[in-house]
Amino acid sequence: MDSFLRVLLLEDYNTRLVVIGTVCLGIAAGAVGSLLLLRRRALIGDVISHATLPGVGIAFLVMIAMGGTGRWSVGLLLGALAAGLLAAGLVMLIRRTTLLRDDAAMALVMSTTFGLGIVLLSIIQDLPTGNQAGLESIIYGKTASMVRGDAIGIGIAAVIVIIICACLYKEFRLLCFDEHFAGSQGWPTTLLDVVLLLLGAAVTVIGLQAVGLILVLAFLIIPAAAARYWTDQLRLMMFIASGIGAASAWMGVTISAMVPRMPAGAIIVLVAAAFFLLSLLFGRCRGLLVSFRLSLALRVRIHRQHLLRAIWECRETQSPVQLEQLLARRSWSPLQVQRLIARSARRGELQIHSDQTVELTPAGEEAAARVVRNHRLWELFLIRHADIAPSHVDRAADEIEHVLGVELVGELESILAQDETVPSSPHVLGTGGGN
Amino acid sequence: MTSQRPGATDRSEHDDRAPLSIHDMTVAYDRKPVLWDVDLDIPEGQLVCIVGPNGAGKSTLLKACLGLLPCVSGDVRFWGRPIQRQRVAYVPQRESVDWDFPVSALDVVAMGTYRKLGWLRPVGRRQRTQALEALERVGLTEFASRQISQLSGGQQQRVFLARALVQNADLYLMDEPFASVDASTEEAIMDVLRELRQNGRTVVCIHHDLQTVRESFDWVVMLNMRVVAAGPVDEVFTMENLRRTYGGRLTLLDQAATALGQATRSLQGS
Repeated sequence: MDSFLRVLLLEDYNTRLVVIGTVCLGIAAGAVGSLLLLRRRALIGDVISHATLPGVGIAFLVMIAMGGTGRWSVGLLLGALAAGLLAAGLVMLIRRTTLLRDDAAMALVMSTTFGLGIVLLSIIQDLPTGNQAGLESIIYGKTASMVRGDAIGIGIAAVIVIIICACLYKEFRLLCFDEHFAGSQGWPTTLLDVVLLLLGAAVTVIGLQAVGLILVLAFLIIPAAAARYWTDQLRLMMFIASGIGAASAWMGVTISAMVPRMPAGAIIVLVAAAFFLLSLLFGRCRGLLVSFRLSLALRVRIHRQHLLRAIWECRETQSPVQLEQLLARRSWSPLQVQRLIARSARRGELQIHSDQTVELTPAGEEAAARVVRNHRLWELFLIRHADIAPSHVDRAADEIEHVLGVELVGELESILAQDETVPSSPHVLGTGGGN
Repeated sequence: MTSQRPGATDRSEHDDRAPLSIHDMTVAYDRKPVLWDVDLDIPEGQLVCIVGPNGAGKSTLLKACLGLLPCVSGDVRFWGRPIQRQRVAYVPQRESVDWDFPVSALDVVAMGTYRKLGWLRPVGRRQRTQALEALERVGLTEFASRQISQLSGGQQQRVFLARALVQNADLYLMDEPFASVDASTEEAIMDVLRELRQNGRTVVCIHHDLQTVRESFDWVVMLNMRVVAAGPVDEVFTMENLRRTYGGRLTLLDQAATALGQATRSLQGS
């Protein structure tokens, strides 16, 4: 417990470094990941990350050939960045010039570059200059052995990425939403795409040291995907994704520092996945719980409207209304009707008499009149003007005038004027609806 | 110009006052030409519609004019000059974007102000006011803060229209603004287009409903990989040209409707 607190509160110098570095990375990854996800370029991060392996290998060999040790990490990362961008460019080239689709082009480039990287690694291993110089660590990340320079480098790169995202927010939003419109306004869409790709590549490459090349994609995409469940605004989505990225990084590093030989990268990704699961379930905007509650509410609403309408229509022949009459009107079970009636009675819309009959209260009268009027007008409209998409019609919630316009409704009403079963508009209900 | 002349023509034959003038444009996808030698002058201050069967290259024509697609050959002029983007507004097809995107209706309309804003400057109060005014013109004020997926198809189309209105352009290029909208939206959009014409703006729409061409538009371009006919609706929107444009693909229903329209017109004329 003591060690846990020590780690969590950043008392340990090395942990503090690692935490600050990876948290910066998490923030940058959340922001860039949101944009990549919305641009439908999520998998391009995977292409970039796999291509970094041969990039690092080649950079290592070049540095050896130039007489260095090959362990200069800035050089290795620049090699990774160049290779990643090259691979992303290659995917776009394949897509434009051949008939291959996106997924095929990406799979092709990704596996080929990774294969090349593994070959290069084994060549390097056989070199007289010795071991792989820790090159393998970029596959799985090397959080635990991160040194001060690495952490500062990650931090600076992440801050630059975040600043660019903030400055070009408007431009990226336009590009991701509607690239043709952006092009028609004269924005250089290809250049913006390249900049976005460059940001993705930068996050990927600096993420290599923290989570490794296989898991870095998850760091880009999972927080962004989770954030979408909480908001319908791009700006907020980017903030939330950054927050989730940062929190995953912090918790991941902390947990891995406590348990010996536990790789931080994997823990970070698992923590992010846990955040995703929580968002999927409890997300305020489109989480499963909210959707479930909404569909439940819809069912309740529909049943209430059916009940009110049934009572209204039964009452046209006889009042007060018998329960059997209601049962006959819809495919309700006796128990269901009892429950529906009880619920509406609690709402003050109807009154239950001791002889098993029900009667609408004045409030219920008004509500029923509105429901019946809307339903009948919509039915008439759908019969006469069937050119509206029926799925866009919410017969009860939308006041019919809002959707159809006052003139059309007036026309419909005049058609229905002969038919006295349609209650008049709710605005004149006091005189027209009740009797 | 009422019909397509064969072979190459001279650039100088084009009218420099035309908001849009296309000279011998050929566009190809993957070695397959979609548009052949399109030669066209769109007159100022008119409601123009482009009709033609699916795959006739209607959307391609608009995109190529805006430089969104490369032309194999040809030349596009706006008022006799290369494209002046501040004077041209584009309404893409509604299906071309992801309506699940996390933005509100107001955000989308405000995108129309981005060009004037320029690089790096964020959307401010002035841009938001302009966007709200445009939303009001298409009757969507109360939907301003709705996420765009919560709008119906017709409302989404009106949001796109509002985004073009915000640009306060002189030439509007619209790709199927009436696709799958309901009757009242169609009327609302038509009202806005007529208002634009009244203010001397030019509107070019890709249109599918042959039955409304006569009542709604002044000028028509009949396109099927090449310009079959272009000119005032009264002159060129004839059964014969329709047959030449659509070949066997003109449905019986369309034929009947067009024939009916012509019959009524000749009755009124006599």
